Amino acid sequence: MADAMLKIDSLIKRFGGLVATDSLSLEVEPGEVHALIGPNGAGKTTLIAQLSGFLRPDAGRIEFAGQDITDLPAAARVRLGLARSFQITSVLRDFTALDNVALAEQARQGHSFRFWRPARADPSLREPARAALREVGLADRADVVAALLSHGEQRQLEVAMALASDPRMLLLDEPMAGMGPEESARMVELLRGLRGRRTMLLVEHDMDAVFALADRITVLVYGRALATGTPAEIRANREVRVAYLGEGDG
Amino acid sequence: MTGMTAPLRTWRGRVAVGLLVMLALLPWYSPWLDAAGIISQRFALTVMTRVVILAIAASSLNLILGYGGMVSFGHAVYIGIGGYTVGILTYHGIGSGFVQFPLAILLSALLALAIGALSLRTRGVYFIMITLAFAQLLYYVAVGLEAYGADDGLTIGRRSDFAGLIPIRGPNKFVAFYLLSFVVLLLVLGLVHRLVNSRFGMALRGTKSNDARMQALGFPTFRYRIVAFAIAGALCGLAGALLANHTEFISPAMMHWTRSGDLIVMVVLGGMGSLLGPVYGAVAFLLLEEFLPAALAMVLTWLHAGLTAVLGAAAAGDLDAWLKMAEYWQIALGTILILVVLYARGGIDGLFGRSRHG
Ligand SMILES: Nc1ncnc2c1ncn2[C@@H]1O[C@H](COP(=O)(O)OP(=O)(O)OP(=O)(O)O)[C@@H](O)[C@H]1O
Ligand SMILES: [Mg+2]
Repeated sequence: MADAMLKIDSLIKRFGGLVATDSLSLEVEPGEVHALIGPNGAGKTTLIAQLSGFLRPDAGRIEFAGQDITDLPAAARVRLGLARSFQITSVLRDFTALDNVALAEQARQGHSFRFWRPARADPSLREPARAALREVGLADRADVVAALLSHGEQRQLEVAMALASDPRMLLLDEPMAGMGPEESARMVELLRGLRGRRTMLLVEHDMDAVFALADRITVLVYGRALATGTPAEIRANREVRVAYLGEGDG
Repeated sequence: MTGMTAPLRTWRGRVAVGLLVMLALLPWYSPWLDAAGIISQRFALTVMTRVVILAIAASSLNLILGYGGMVSFGHAVYIGIGGYTVGILTYHGIGSGFVQFPLAILLSALLALAIGALSLRTRGVYFIMITLAFAQLLYYVAVGLEAYGADDGLTIGRRSDFAGLIPIRGPNKFVAFYLLSFVVLLLVLGLVHRLVNSRFGMALRGTKSNDARMQALGFPTFRYRIVAFAIAGALCGLAGALLANHTEFISPAMMHWTRSGDLIVMVVLGGMGSLLGPVYGAVAFLLLEEFLPAALAMVLTWLHAGLTAVLGAAAAGDLDAWLKMAEYWQIALGTILILVVLYARGGIDGLFGRSRHG
């Protein structure tokens, strides 16, 4: 078997008495779009936080591209090529959309201990940033302060920033959350365009989007992987239908 | 070059340039003020030298507070380190400014690195308390320095010697030192301007806006914050070295926590995260501190005279009792500050128009 891009081994995270991640093991293959679904409070965001270095697991191990990253700080994981987006929009609110993405590009280019030349006049930052905004459909909003963008636009910016880090793998926490149908469709198209080029772990409640995009799906319930399989397998899985897809009573 | 005239296109820029020109020309128009009986030249230069030096200190705080979101409540400690470096070296016969100033800057930077390493992992109130605690610690160290005057401080016999380039005695001493301080202020402002607009500055400002997102973009934010913290300490140490020269005296009071509070007030009053804000803040704060008691006394005297004329001396009461109220000028100052914080969120700089970026 080919080496997994991301390998999660017996991961445990407790919040007091609550076990948010319960001995979870999971592998994501290179190039795969792996969807993570599950009811509210299943521990999806908690898992993303541990994978991206914002939460320390209590036990277990995380491997990315063959390297143990369990104890690596968040920023170092991004430099290895593992980037995330946030479920609750987390952009730099008092910077313009272009500045936001230019900062992602700046981080990608290496350290920022450059003290003299004005960064906003640097084409090597601005040009790629403009391209990234075009890719998500925000080109004409480049100079708007992020706080003044609509909710949907902020979600697009959120993804543009994760993309601008040029990661090998994207951890997307509900990229479509709170989007209108048109914006959602556009995001699905965008993510479809990335298929094969980037490995993705996609947390999403929108089942149409999940079934349209995912190569494999893992169903998370109470911090445990209830099932992993292709969309067809997951659809056919009785346990999943009972626990999650809302066909329980039948 | 259009860059040179660009500031003159907005009111905000015009006011900034106007203030700097006023400060630059002070030695030339102050004799005129003196002759007109408005204020003695010596006094004007003394007050304004202090303003300029504290504007440097406030600008250094602005770098971390205004652009980096770090509410350091112990920033005056670096004024103390800079001042004590000059005072102690002079005391031991090392009078060269070319030794004293670099050492003052270096020691301040190192202390800031140490304090930053221990405090920058914390946020909010904890950060404020820890920076305050370190500053108090060093304050008491200075109080304990029996050899250098302990609580009473130490009078410095002579100013830093810059190989005779800057007169340190004689009638020109005050003008020369004012101009030296002003040039240092300009250099510091230029440096801060370059810094905050560079890649480093964008990273720093990003951490103020949203530290978690910056980490998620791959910025090891702690490193940028601690380097900014050290640069701010170094620049404030430079201000301390100038201040010791200005007063020819050092004492623990230089780094008392209330001095740190004054610096925060100057930055907030002038406008956080604006280049010229700390300069406005220092000018306004120190001039209010200097002249508010007298201005209050004048207003009270007028009121008293008016009341006497209308209602008679008996009703107006004793003028001295009225003037006692002027002793509470700090209440008036506090009121002004609260009003500015509540109603002019961009500080004084914000009154002259909005900045282009955040
Ligand atoms: N910092 C925290 N402290 C305590 N409990 C937490 C914390 N973060 C999450 N939890 C709890 O852990 C559980 C998992 O939360 P998490 O946010 O990971 O769920 P989720 O699957 O992302 O849900 P949603 O679909 O609503 O986004 C929930 O019960 C939540 O209340
Ligand atoms: Mg979630």
